[in-house]
Amino acid sequence: MTRVDIVILIVKCIVLALAATGVFAYFTLFERRLLARMQNRVGPNRAGPAGFLQPIADALKLFFKEDVTPLLADRRVYLISPAFAIVPALIIWATIPLGMWPDGRGGNWLQLAEVNVGILYLLAVTSIGVYGIAIAGWASNNKYSMLGGVRASAQVISYELALGLAVLGAVMQAQSFSTAEIVERQTLMWNVVPQFLGFVVFIIAATAEVVRAPFDLVEAEQELVGGYNTEYSSMKFALFFMSEYVKLVAMNAIAVTLFLGGWQFPGLQTLAAAATQQYGFVIGNAVLGLASLGAFLLKVMLLSFVSVWVRATLPRVRYDQLMDLGWKVLLPLSLANVVVTAVLNVFLPDSPVVTAIAGLVIGTGILLATAAIGRPGKEKRRVTLVQG
Amino acid sequence: MNTFITILFVVFAVYILVAAIMTVTVKNIVHAALWLISSFFTVGALYLLMEAEFIGVAQVLIYVGAVSILILFAIMLTRDLEGTQNRQMTPRWWIALIVPAALFGLLITPTVLTYQWQLPPPAPAGQSTPIAGAAQIGTAFVREYLLPFQVASVLLTVALIGAVVIAFEERERRRYVPTLAEKVRQQQRVRRPDPAASAMQSSETAGSET
Repeated sequence: MTRVDIVILIVKCIVLALAATGVFAYFTLFERRLLARMQNRVGPNRAGPAGFLQPIADALKLFFKEDVTPLLADRRVYLISPAFAIVPALIIWATIPLGMWPDGRGGNWLQLAEVNVGILYLLAVTSIGVYGIAIAGWASNNKYSMLGGVRASAQVISYELALGLAVLGAVMQAQSFSTAEIVERQTLMWNVVPQFLGFVVFIIAATAEVVRAPFDLVEAEQELVGGYNTEYSSMKFALFFMSEYVKLVAMNAIAVTLFLGGWQFPGLQTLAAAATQQYGFVIGNAVLGLASLGAFLLKVMLLSFVSVWVRATLPRVRYDQLMDLGWKVLLPLSLANVVVTAVLNVFLPDSPVVTAIAGLVIGTGILLATAAIGRPGKEKRRVTLVQG
Repeated sequence: MNTFITILFVVFAVYILVAAIMTVTVKNIVHAALWLISSFFTVGALYLLMEAEFIGVAQVLIYVGAVSILILFAIMLTRDLEGTQNRQMTPRWWIALIVPAALFGLLITPTVLTYQWQLPPPAPAGQSTPIAGAAQIGTAFVREYLLPFQVASVLLTVALIGAVVIAFEERERRRYVPTLAEKVRQQQRVRRPDPAASAMQSSETAGSET
């Protein structure tokens, strides 16, 4: 590794971190405008054309707010927890292949680090992410914050298992832990077909893992004021807010990488080959890189739209419903997915199409059966309200 | 590069030891948990330094991501423990220091002096020796080391069943926890049949006020 390589690596890191924060800023605008549309409102449209400068205005406002530290907070832990929250949200992007722009030396400009255990890295970093919330809740020395922190850790522990097992299905399909290889293996067919069950479990568990509506009990305003970040103000609050959104977009990016073919789309190779033939390698690689990056971003944006849609549609679940869903539904489903994937791939190793169709049919069948069994029949729990 | 790696190793190793010592000496139990987590994390970094990527990431995933968050969760749920400033050092702390140190020295000295270290020869420049990946580790687990693997899982199952048995009280001994509505109703039922007593009580309070 020469000195130039190190400089290039550092520049790549900075660009990636800035891109992630930029995506966060405009995702908030995207979400607010979209939510407003879905609720028959207009949304922020005053700052700049169509509200385009709104994120900058928000950031400026947060910078100039007064920064308060509670008197009885555990000062050091209180100060370190926003960092605990934001760092995992940013470093998670390192192993996600954002596209395919060959640098001519067997590398890829659009993937920061190609680790051969990339998937495990992603899971490890996601699981660290909860420390920020749990520690912030404890250090604030506030009952509501504390409850938010406890809820967060319980929720994340519960859903991490289902998430990891759902990811394992995709790993078994590709027979590799490397993110780049998993994307390469999806040239013929996206993983969402043979791993349909895994995809559904992953999307639900990922939503719960980033504590987002309808699983946002961590910051249920009606019960907990602001949840774990009640005592945080100014930029510290902004860091929590940012980590939440960056993690959400990162989870969508992981879902795209694992199940929706990553940066691939039909006809990409033909396009790149044509460009290479016409204009030479440099332009050809650039076309390949930009097209794949565009496809990846488009897919991430589609999933992000779905997240906003879900937030606008579904009410928050109750805590016992949350735990029931995690332990009694998603965990058995993801285990079933692992079993089905293993059996199919061992019995029919040479016919990927048959395996995929069988996987799709069995997965859909299991999902429908679960939905039929779990359908709310007669009322089991009676909610008693206080009268008088 | 080699000296750089050595320096990193020393830094990590010293940090692990310092964090471990802080874990057992710090008074606040949440701080102790945080020191423990940082120690686990640095152990993961040490594995990465040895280019054992799988084990390094697995260390972070299991110890930092799962075990420690459970520890933290348990501490946060037991309100009484946290914040109590227990005394960490008894007057006889030096005995506790000497005995383990002597035992450790007794065990480590013969090993260091007599063991024939079979270090693998350094890889030729430009080539790296193949490192056991996830697939090899998995194969080793279900072939060579199947028995220890199974024994470990049986142990974990036993622990799990034990935890469930301890946590589950018998049905008769379980205390009925009334809801808020039932409590309110109960209080009303207690109050209602004896209006005279409550009237007397109110007159009493009125009397004491004057």
